[in-house]
Amino acid sequence: MIRIPRRVFTAAAAALTLAAAAPGLHAQTYPKPGDPRNGLKYGMLDAGEASEGLRHVSFTPKPPLLDSAQGLTFINSDLAFRGTTVYQGNFSGFMIWDVKNPAKPELLSVIDCVSAQADPSIYGNLLFVSAEGGGNRVDCKKGGVKDPADHMAGVRIFDVSNPRAPKLIKNVQTCKGSHTHTIIPDPKDKGVIYIYVSGTQNARPATELAGCNNGTDAADENNSLYRLDVIKVPLAHPEQAAVVTGARIFTGLDAAPRATSRAARGGEGGGGRGGRGGRGGAAGAPAGPPPPPTGPKNCHDVTSYPYMHLLAGACASYGLLVDVSDPMHPVRLDAKSDTNFSLWHTAVFSNDASKVVFTDEWGGGTAPNCQATSMLEMGGNTTLTINKGKMTERAFFKIPSSQTPQENCVSHNGGLLPVPGRDIMMQGWYQGGIDAIDFTDPDHPFEIAFSDRGPVDAPPAPGDTTGGAISRQRGSIGGSWGAYYYNGYVYSSELARGFDVYELTPTEKLSANELAAAKLIHMDQYNPQSQPHIVWPAAFPVVRSYRDQLVRDSGLSADRLSAISKALDAAEKQTGAARRASLTKLATQVAGDEKSASDTKRVTAMAAAIKALAAATN
Amino acid sequence: MTRIIPRGIAAAFLVSAALVASPRGATAQMPGMSMPGMTGMDAPVTIPAGAIYTVADVHFMQGMISHHAQAIYMAHMAVSHGANPRLLKFAQKIAQSQTAEIRLMQDWLVANHQMAPDTAAWHHVMMPGMLTPEQLTQLGAAQGKNFDRTFLTLMIQHHEGALTMVTDLYAAPLAAQDIDVSVFANDVQTVQTAEIGLMEQMLDQL
Repeated sequence: MIRIPRRVFTAAAAALTLAAAAPGLHAQTYPKPGDPRNGLKYGMLDAGEASEGLRHVSFTPKPPLLDSAQGLTFINSDLAFRGTTVYQGNFSGFMIWDVKNPAKPELLSVIDCVSAQADPSIYGNLLFVSAEGGGNRVDCKKGGVKDPADHMAGVRIFDVSNPRAPKLIKNVQTCKGSHTHTIIPDPKDKGVIYIYVSGTQNARPATELAGCNNGTDAADENNSLYRLDVIKVPLAHPEQAAVVTGARIFTGLDAAPRATSRAARGGEGGGGRGGRGGRGGAAGAPAGPPPPPTGPKNCHDVTSYPYMHLLAGACASYGLLVDVSDPMHPVRLDAKSDTNFSLWHTAVFSNDASKVVFTDEWGGGTAPNCQATSMLEMGGNTTLTINKGKMTERAFFKIPSSQTPQENCVSHNGGLLPVPGRDIMMQGWYQGGIDAIDFTDPDHPFEIAFSDRGPVDAPPAPGDTTGGAISRQRGSIGGSWGAYYYNGYVYSSELARGFDVYELTPTEKLSANELAAAKLIHMDQYNPQSQPHIVWPAAFPVVRSYRDQLVRDSGLSADRLSAISKALDAAEKQTGAARRASLTKLATQVAGDEKSASDTKRVTAMAAAIKALAAATN
Repeated sequence: MTRIIPRGIAAAFLVSAALVASPRGATAQMPGMSMPGMTGMDAPVTIPAGAIYTVADVHFMQGMISHHAQAIYMAHMAVSHGANPRLLKFAQKIAQSQTAEIRLMQDWLVANHQMAPDTAAWHHVMMPGMLTPEQLTQLGAAQGKNFDRTFLTLMIQHHEGALTMVTDLYAAPLAAQDIDVSVFANDVQTVQTAEIGLMEQMLDQL
């Protein structure tokens, strides 16, 4: 039902092609009118809700200290996780939640500290908080900065060993501030972490912070632009944290491949497959002279994958792939740009790092860009495959609902749902709600679960031009900043409303076994921008996940799958050596099924999982 | 709702000019107004005591409404002047993006009890990078490939003007501390810088 309707894509593409010749830009016909998310009732705390495959476990409103609808001043931002604690940023501070009981999160503390946008990361007892813009003060207080000496832009470090009384221990000042930041542990020294700082503003004057310099030469070591500031944090002495270098991953980007022209979604080939290298649109012309320096100066957000020594940089006009084997000396491997991206915003790798999903934050997150009339090829996710350090654009995904003009909506932050054999990400789309998206097949990403609320605000009454209240022309800013799977539940930071917890429920697109396999993954700590490597233990739900997937994609004959299921059930009833012998025999049989299987890879993976289970049986 | 704004209905966004805060704190005149009295934008700005924003913030938000409105007007021309499909799509993106941003600016001004110009105000305002009447005529007379080239050249000029406005805002004392203004100005800088690069590539490839 929620699978992306390819025929509709094609219709939309046809409409766009027509628009090129006709005097008028045609309304797009996608999404279909029947989506349960369309037309939900508005309301701050009593909005209508529509879900599929997700159960709303709890909602906890913002604490009064950070509760206001005054523009962006008090909106919630990103999440970080450690143990049973969730850290939630807010443009005016942050909150610490205990989620031992996800049905009733307990607010341990709420910290009043103006730090737009306050994206948090946790490492041990240290909480890192991003601060960008002109209004953040060294002392956290409200009222703005009157004396440049009071200005804080960079990364704040809090000691949260007592979650009820966090202590600010250091403000690491950076020239461009910190829009977001990303942890990369030192590969050799466990006592050191690096923080890659994405600051999207120009450098402040050297009179305010020594050494800051806005230049045009990307390779100039003294230029504060064209670099990510790298903070080194000695964990035993976080008060000594300091900017130690600049990751100059933009140098020479002007000579990077030209913007590729992807056909409008659903163009040639259908399913949103990306055209490349001069196909489609108007990019057929050969390369002209090198363009003037137009490459990015900064990243919006970078996602590190320390286990793979990789980093995906979402850097406004480019998506970068970077080798961070040596965090002090990163090496850019590839760079992609695309006319169908407004702003390369954030990234999520597949667990095997053969794919990466980049999001496009068209409209900056405050615009209602998921309406039926909004451009389809903008503001969604693009899946790219990675081969030998080079990225190839494959397909595009945008949520298939039709949101209202009152709902700010575009693709935003997310992370992986750890289901073996599949690549699935959880993701927040602001007031478009939260989504689980399968991108296992890079050419055909599709939605497998969602939950959405109606708009925060009512639509304006006809002819209402009285102004007076904010949101008369558009809605209050709200929705999910990011949605993340963590130790069995999905947590979402709601910008306007508060803190949400969901649980995935079995559907035809996601089985109980697959959810049980996901629940086998326990993390002690989780920062979505510092992606953990997932390794599933030997367990029956892992084997049965592959089995369910083979049933779903008819990857092996029904007879064989039925026999394998029975053998698994029988083995599970056994113990010790008998179970081990049964599983070993089954592993051999399944390996022999590879020849007759249409989904050989998955059968091989299942055979390996059975073998591992046999080996783990005492 | 998020569609190209046809020329005639721009005034639908009109917000009453009677929303001026009580006269205390600083006042200032809008710079760059070419035709005082036509738009209400020459009205003095009053900053309420305790506000975190400055006159420069108000002028930025007011001026950028006109700046954006002209860009949307230009983007709309692409439809009837035979722009190539890639440019047409780009123009559509500018129109959708900047329509939403105009609402954002108007909301901010209304919420802060400042005069919020309507989208017709651009006819009487000259902000950095905006097209002169002669340039508008030139663009209006162009068709097909000639339109594409003229559009891209003039829209690059227009975008560079927006970047100048952002730079001026950040250079103004104590300005851009209000988080909504700061985030918005930053978005304008990031997105329009990227779009300039894109337009230069499109120009190369014409």
